[in-house]
Amino acid sequence: MIEMHDIWKTYADGTHALRGVSVRIDRNEFVYLVGPSGAGKSTFMKLIYREEIPTKGQISVNGFNIGKLKPRKIPYVRRNIGVIFQDFRLLPKLTVYENVAFAMEVIEAPRRIIKKRTMEVLELVGLKHKHASVPSQLSGGEQQRVSIARAIVNNPSVIVADEPTGNLDPETSLGIMNLLEEINFRGSTIVMATHNRDIVNSMRKRVIAIEDGNIVRDEARGEYGYEV
Amino acid sequence: MKFSTLLRHFREGAKNILRNGWMSFASMSSIFISLFILGIFILLAVNVNSMADQIESRVQIRVFLQTTVEEAKVTELQNKIGNIQEVSKVTFVSKEDGLAILRESMGEENGDWLEGYNNENNPLPISFTIEVYDPQTVDDVAAQIQAINDADETGPIYRIKYGQGTVEMLFKVTNAVRNIGFGIVIGLAVTAMLLISNTIKMTIINRRREIGIMKLVGATNAFIRWPFFVEGAMIGFISSALTTGAVLFGYSKIISLTQLDMSLMLISLVPIKEIGWLTAGLILVIGTLIGMLGSTISIRKYLKV
Repeated sequence: MIEMHDIWKTYADGTHALRGVSVRIDRNEFVYLVGPSGAGKSTFMKLIYREEIPTKGQISVNGFNIGKLKPRKIPYVRRNIGVIFQDFRLLPKLTVYENVAFAMEVIEAPRRIIKKRTMEVLELVGLKHKHASVPSQLSGGEQQRVSIARAIVNNPSVIVADEPTGNLDPETSLGIMNLLEEINFRGSTIVMATHNRDIVNSMRKRVIAIEDGNIVRDEARGEYGYEV
Repeated sequence: MKFSTLLRHFREGAKNILRNGWMSFASMSSIFISLFILGIFILLAVNVNSMADQIESRVQIRVFLQTTVEEAKVTELQNKIGNIQEVSKVTFVSKEDGLAILRESMGEENGDWLEGYNNENNPLPISFTIEVYDPQTVDDVAAQIQAINDADETGPIYRIKYGQGTVEMLFKVTNAVRNIGFGIVIGLAVTAMLLISNTIKMTIINRRREIGIMKLVGATNAFIRWPFFVEGAMIGFISSALTTGAVLFGYSKIISLTQLDMSLMLISLVPIKEIGWLTAGLILVIGTLIGMLGSTISIRKYLKV
């Protein structure tokens, strides 16, 4: 599903974010991406949802050659990828319901389907009863659930999560992880960058460790850690 | 595009205008002022043109003959002048007609001056009144008539009279009004466009987060751009509609206020029903275009997708 072949990424300021990364992530996998800050985790993820394009090398996501994608095709590739951030990125003036429905509206989904699907997803993340609240009335964990609901509402086959528990306490984080596991169980591939040792160690999944732009470790049921 | 999507874009565009309250107000005011001046210049240009036409139609050449000229010569001269290509009409003015015209033009009050003159002792020469197709050729035609006189050894023409300079002057004024008006309007239109573009830029910056999410979940570029485009177009349209109202209302006031004074000067303003539609149409189209262009500039510059 996601395939990188000898990916190099050098930013305009000369930073080498990735230096020859090759990896294959299959459908329905759950992958932790670990490594120190600045190792290249975020670049790795941005390449997947085509926020960045590689300087060199090939990357394909769901069969699309990301590096050579025509600009007008980008939106259609992104509809198959859900993205979750550490800072939630919700729209503060919209209600929980509107925040989630927004993701369907902007891809011009039919109205009646929007309502049904949005409520369905809110129920899955356990926030159906708070659909009329605005983000500022919610706890951090709840806000992250809304952002997860938004990421999955269009049924993407790949979920990319950049430190989704970075701002949350351990207990809340556990709830979020259970939710992501549930989503993975329902068929989505999940790539999650994290610094949370406890989570990685308690939920044994594939761990890809990146350091200084290189993959230094790739284990099927790994533990947290990237020191060589 | 689906109709519901189009509706959404208009809703979003309108929302943006309200959310940007003061910025929208500022750019609307700027468009209003620019278009108001444009309106004034349109009306001014149309009226100067119409006045020029009214005055031009009175531009004619008068040729006075020597008192000694014989009748055969008169006919010959009339034919020669009539044969000049640019001349549309040559009217023979007899001594008697000349006196009548002079009496009339001097008015009743000064008519006494001519008292005592009659057909017997009429001191006026025979003359021709010459009309030309194109007022701008008056100069040239006068020269040609002079040439006819010079070619004739008897020198039958006493004097050629026409509004030397007046016609040229009139055209200079007309052209100046047009050019200056055009220049000012272009300058103001550009200013208004930049202001709108700035307003849209603010909207884009204010909604950066929202735009980012839209991109992330796979909204197409067109979908993201439309509301901003609509916002610009709406700002342009609303302010130009207000301008149209103000300009036409003002013009109708001016017409009714000056009607009396102007008719004394034998010229009249172009009635509103003749240029109202033209003015309204121009202002609305230009205003809306300014809005669309302004937003396009910012969309291209700040809405990188």
